[in-house]
Amino acid sequence: MKNKMNRLYVIVVTLLLSNTIVEACEVRGTGDLGIVIERTTGSIQIVDTSSRSAIARVEGLGDLSHASAVYSRDARYAFVFGRDGGLTKIDLLCKKIEKRIIQGGNSIGGAISQDGKWVAVSNYEPGGVRIFNSTTLELVADLEATAISDSKRSRTVGLVDAPGNRFIFSLFDSGEIWIVKMGDSSVASIEKFTDIGNQPYDGLITPDGRRYIAGLFGEDGLALIDLWHPEDGVTRILNNYGRGEEKLPVYKMPHLEGWAVAGDKLFLPAVGRHELLVVNSSSWQESGRIKVHSQPVFAISRPDGRHIWVNFAFPHNNVVQIIDSESLEIIHQLEPGKGVLHLEFTPRGEEVWVSVRDKNIINIYDTESFKLIKSIPAETPSGIFFTNRAGETGL
Amino acid sequence: MKTTLTLILTSLLLLQTVAVAATKMLSEQRKAELSNMVKQDCGSCHGLTLKGGLGPNLNPERLKLFPIEYLELTILHGRPGTPMPPWSAILTKSEINYIATQLKRGAWYEK
Repeated sequence: MKNKMNRLYVIVVTLLLSNTIVEACEVRGTGDLGIVIERTTGSIQIVDTSSRSAIARVEGLGDLSHASAVYSRDARYAFVFGRDGGLTKIDLLCKKIEKRIIQGGNSIGGAISQDGKWVAVSNYEPGGVRIFNSTTLELVADLEATAISDSKRSRTVGLVDAPGNRFIFSLFDSGEIWIVKMGDSSVASIEKFTDIGNQPYDGLITPDGRRYIAGLFGEDGLALIDLWHPEDGVTRILNNYGRGEEKLPVYKMPHLEGWAVAGDKLFLPAVGRHELLVVNSSSWQESGRIKVHSQPVFAISRPDGRHIWVNFAFPHNNVVQIIDSESLEIIHQLEPGKGVLHLEFTPRGEEVWVSVRDKNIINIYDTESFKLIKSIPAETPSGIFFTNRAGETGL
Repeated sequence: MKTTLTLILTSLLLLQTVAVAATKMLSEQRKAELSNMVKQDCGSCHGLTLKGGLGPNLNPERLKLFPIEYLELTILHGRPGTPMPPWSAILTKSEINYIATQLKRGAWYEK
């Protein structure tokens, strides 16, 4: 009898346990979810933009300094690219690590292909790009960057996806841009553009997927490729944006992947200047400059293009400025606190989430009134990535 | 000749003493701020663990190759031609000495 009771007990407990496990995987849409990188603790928080809250923390992602993420096309899985070469696939519904590999020694972001089948990671060490099957994270291609010495290959930066199931990236040390076309089972072809300029530090693709632009650190200007006409080669734009002026020390590299396009204007952070550059996106000529608080890091347009939100480099990273994309005036300034590292708009742009690293919070603002709606706790938060990126080229 | 050498030696010793004294004078709060700055802000290029990124690995084993003055000068003036900026507008010499000393000791390096 006692034995029977014991058995029953075991069955009940097992049922309860399995129930808990099943319950941990939620049945819900992921359209209002996202992740926040907690850089110091090597964890991420899964967040819900409808309830404005963090719903789970996932740990064990390694060194997340400068980490970024992309999403599977069903927006269920996030692929997180860590600094230490870690590539972690996270299941937002089951709130756990689905798979994790260390694919390189030192990495700087990645991308997912148009068809969602391939995930590419950009590596500083060993210099190059590695491409993985997005389901299994199995390596399908190892693209070694151009050698710059006997033991070193160029670091790769500015990796994005492009229409035609392509990946595009720049080579920091060798001054190149490579376009990689994916085939059915691996890489189909690689097209290399050389002498594109000195030290490309990051790249962006316009939201329509037509133009790839690499920012240059070693000289003023940017390198542009029209993907409708790659046979035309690389065009240099804004070559004179700093001629005759001395650059300021750059304490943090600007980012281009947070491009801001509003109407026929493209807004770019100038390297080593307290300015945003305004580019006309039909002539690709400079059409203006906006003096801002300090050296901009991210310039991101609200999804409707009406405002541009800008954050700044150390030591002035406590401020966010908001610029009217029509008048090019600064219309508002926020001071959330030291270490404003990133900001991300909700999919239709009614709210914006701002990470404030040194205060260990995420601030959520109304984008019309600029009022703070809520602060939620997070450990040294940096990048914020919402799932609507799943359907966007270049994000 | 001898006098010059003595002078130089004395100056060097003095300088060293000054630097050491200056480091000692940094408040615990300032040291904590600098520690946070190195990990978080230097970390954006050198990595939070200081194992490198766009900037090189700051492994104390590797740093043994460089005298402390070399590290101090690199922090002070940056490395022209690379993304390493000069920190002279942000940090005092004693703060730079403190950071270089800690880097040499591997105080912030995570294995």
